[in-house]
Amino acid sequence: MLIKLTGGTVYDPNSGVAGQKQDIYIEDGRIIAPPAADRAVDREYDVSGKVVMAGAIDLHSHIGGGKGNIARTLLPEDHRLDPVARTLITRSGNGHVIPSTFVTGYRYAEMGYTAAFEPALLPINARQAHMEMGDIPILDKGGYVMLGSDDYLLRMLTAKKDQKAINDYVAWTMNAAKAIGVKVVNAGGINAFKFNQRKLDLDEQNVHYGVTPRQILQTLARALQELGVTHPLHVHGCNLGVPGNVDTTLHTIDGIEGLPMHLTHIQFHSYGKEGDYKFSSGAATIAEAINRNKNITADVGQVMFGQTVTASGDSMRQHYNHRFAHPDKWICMDIECDAGCGVVPFKYRDQNFVNALQWAIGLEIFLLVDDPWRVFLTTDHPNGAPFMSYPHLIRLLMDKSFRNDMLARIHPEAQKMTTLGSIEREYSLQEIAILTRAGAARILGLKDRGALSPGNWADITVYTEDADREKMFAKPNFVFKDGELVAKDGEIVQVTWGTTHVAQPEYDPSVEVELKQYFDRYLTMKLGNFKISDDEITETGRGSITVHPLRGAA
Amino acid sequence: MTEITEVPSPFCGIGTDDLTIHVDGLQVKVAAGGCAVNTPAFELPLGDPEPRIAGEPATLEAAVAKAAELLRGKRGPVFSGCATDVNGMRALLALADRVGAVVDNAAFNNARRNLLAQQDTGWMNTTLAELKNRVDVLVVIGTDLESFAPRFFEKYVWNEAMFVADNEQRDVIYIGKAPSGEASTSPGGRKARVCACSDADLPEVLAVMSALLRGRPVKVESVGGIAVSDLQAILDRLKAARYGVFVWGAAALAFPHAELTVQTVCAIVKDINLQGVRCSGFPLGGREGDQTANQVCGWTTGYPARLSYARGFPEYDPFQFETARILADGEADALLWVQAFNVTPPPASEVPTVVIGRSGMAFAQPPAVYIPVGTPGIDHVGHAFRLDNVVAIRLKKLRDSNLPSTAQVLAAIEQQVQAHYVN
Repeated sequence: MLIKLTGGTVYDPNSGVAGQKQDIYIEDGRIIAPPAADRAVDREYDVSGKVVMAGAIDLHSHIGGGKGNIARTLLPEDHRLDPVARTLITRSGNGHVIPSTFVTGYRYAEMGYTAAFEPALLPINARQAHMEMGDIPILDKGGYVMLGSDDYLLRMLTAKKDQKAINDYVAWTMNAAKAIGVKVVNAGGINAFKFNQRKLDLDEQNVHYGVTPRQILQTLARALQELGVTHPLHVHGCNLGVPGNVDTTLHTIDGIEGLPMHLTHIQFHSYGKEGDYKFSSGAATIAEAINRNKNITADVGQVMFGQTVTASGDSMRQHYNHRFAHPDKWICMDIECDAGCGVVPFKYRDQNFVNALQWAIGLEIFLLVDDPWRVFLTTDHPNGAPFMSYPHLIRLLMDKSFRNDMLARIHPEAQKMTTLGSIEREYSLQEIAILTRAGAARILGLKDRGALSPGNWADITVYTEDADREKMFAKPNFVFKDGELVAKDGEIVQVTWGTTHVAQPEYDPSVEVELKQYFDRYLTMKLGNFKISDDEITETGRGSITVHPLRGAA
Repeated sequence: MTEITEVPSPFCGIGTDDLTIHVDGLQVKVAAGGCAVNTPAFELPLGDPEPRIAGEPATLEAAVAKAAELLRGKRGPVFSGCATDVNGMRALLALADRVGAVVDNAAFNNARRNLLAQQDTGWMNTTLAELKNRVDVLVVIGTDLESFAPRFFEKYVWNEAMFVADNEQRDVIYIGKAPSGEASTSPGGRKARVCACSDADLPEVLAVMSALLRGRPVKVESVGGIAVSDLQAILDRLKAARYGVFVWGAAALAFPHAELTVQTVCAIVKDINLQGVRCSGFPLGGREGDQTANQVCGWTTGYPARLSYARGFPEYDPFQFETARILADGEADALLWVQAFNVTPPPASEVPTVVIGRSGMAFAQPPAVYIPVGTPGIDHVGHAFRLDNVVAIRLKKLRDSNLPSTAQVLAAIEQQVQAHYVN
């Protein structure tokens, strides 16, 4: 079937198209070059005057895996605030702060998102994460496997294994867990918490292994560089949420010695300790460091006011933060010599000085980082806010007077501690397209997504122009996934199933010799049962696996 | 005869995956790694594979059509048992969502003791491999651990550990029930310390322990027959430990409001951590799909496995949606019983009943429909969640029985139901 979107105003940063009127043709799920004039169009959508972008891609959203399900179990009263009834084509569930899987897929798609990536795939929990993501309709998905607090890696570092051996282990784990990247959470800190260390600075040693976070970050960043994995090491830094952690973050940037590194939810790592409340914005310093260091990318992890739940692998910091739990209940877990997690419900309040300044710090970072290709739009769903708040966030970035109206409502002392009101910048539609599509596809190495040139999969979102950008981005007019119309005016009209994106760096198979011994001696699962097979993702008849090339390869 | 090694078990909850199994035609024999829980469950002979309608043999197609007819258009269908693998639960929830059913896992009254505590205040827990490699003080609350999991001590306590050089330094302490055997005795002959008390006294014993830990005044000298000084000694040992773990089996805490006792244990664990020492909880469970049901319900609906779709969206009530209560109060007009792991029949009732069960199930009264299905991990591949919640195991197919899976049967029923609504 030949589909034509006629007369839209196209924003496709990947091709340098910025607001030009262009027709788009779709056949067999992909965008094709304009066909011969005599070919009949089977289905035409008149999108003249409308804004056309690729489907949006969320590169950091907790949509699958154990801690999300723990958060769901913890908060039945929250689900009752947002029940979602079934329809003839969609399943029931609930939304609010941590939506059920089906509702996650519908709500993302209704907003024009066509892919989301789970950033914290614990190797031992990856199977669950893929099963949960397997029940998220419409979206493409993928995950970054978490390393850095696993005893196997720390033993290797203590034993001074060479980089090649580390690379083999990293590549093997990515393959076994079906990941597209690697994430580090509080490098070594989750492990140190199991040895009763309650904080861990960048150069502080794990009491058992004598290894520092700096060493772990360098080793893993180098591994990905040498393996040719496109997505740089995805780093949740040390000292999350600690006043004064701006210095930790700067040292983390310096410490990586020019290797590619992605700093995630950097808002939570950009705090000074100036002022009467000993809490201040380090956003300008951090943005300046990002501007200067071209090897660094960051997503923001914007905080929005209201109830949410924080679900993190960082058991050390989450345990500390349990005192802020709202409602007052929380869960921490140590997990399988692999990682950990902490789930703490949280309510960000605009009249709370710290929360108000966190909000301002996130926006400052968005507005002070010059290069839109190196910053990404996230709330670290659900940690800063549920993903459903993205349209509001986009309006804050695109509309200075709206932003200043919001600024005027927050805690007065926080207003004094932020430069936000003096920042003139307003994001353009093209820049939003970079932040939410082109940039994300590029940094993940998605070979044929996030762009509208011929050959790409037809993941396309069509918006109706509106000066109120929140309204415009909340309910796009049309959303196509792989060429199928899935949402119309914010309603799901067809349910499809996306693919799982992975990268498969090569490793020396002999890596399994020592791993098997380790599994047999210390772990509670056999190595052969640990590895996730392709059919575990495809056997439901809905899932598929898409392997992306390594950097520099085809 | 074929030998299959590294076979994972969905039966014991601890996700044992070192079984060696011999398969001879349709016969399964546990050749190594078996135990009193797993061996009989694997070796249960295959029963009659033929579906039945009102006790009479029928084709699978006819049985599916009859089941669809019985389940559609009802005011109060109840889906109970819910003992199957991940794909089975997925299909069960899809059908329940469509017909507006109550979904209730057979073991929910046990799991509820943990869930109520978890949902009220939360907890700090650990998983099997952490326990295996770190625990130096293991406190067992009100549970005979070795009858729950016969190989628990052998595999996870008296075994090689990364961070405990000498297993003789590991202390095992029982509060409540005394151990039924010697599994908790160390290889060097050190017996577990036992502070025995009746189940009925456990709430008070643990409340005193919690009070001692918080430095509250305790006037009595003994509680439930246990000297308060002994409880203090256990706390002192935990506070000198590197990694203490409290273990309890919710099923064993079979007394009213045991959730408050679970909550007290969880509070003790949290308090020890707040006092600067690591300690974790470790709830037992995960047998025959109970954790699987809670997990799949969790991501599909937000709630654990006792919920209702009657109003068109999931609602959770850990008391109201109990199968026994609904049947007793005459609120059900159809019952779907799913039990793919064993031959436990559905609860007796007058309600038209569809059984999706392990082959060989025997009934006092033949149900309206009985469709024998394969057992996950024997007859087909699948996934099951282990007791520690975060680990899912990949179940293997061991033999060619040609029995359909729970998921296949329920999906076929849903298709028929859907066709009816669309037409």
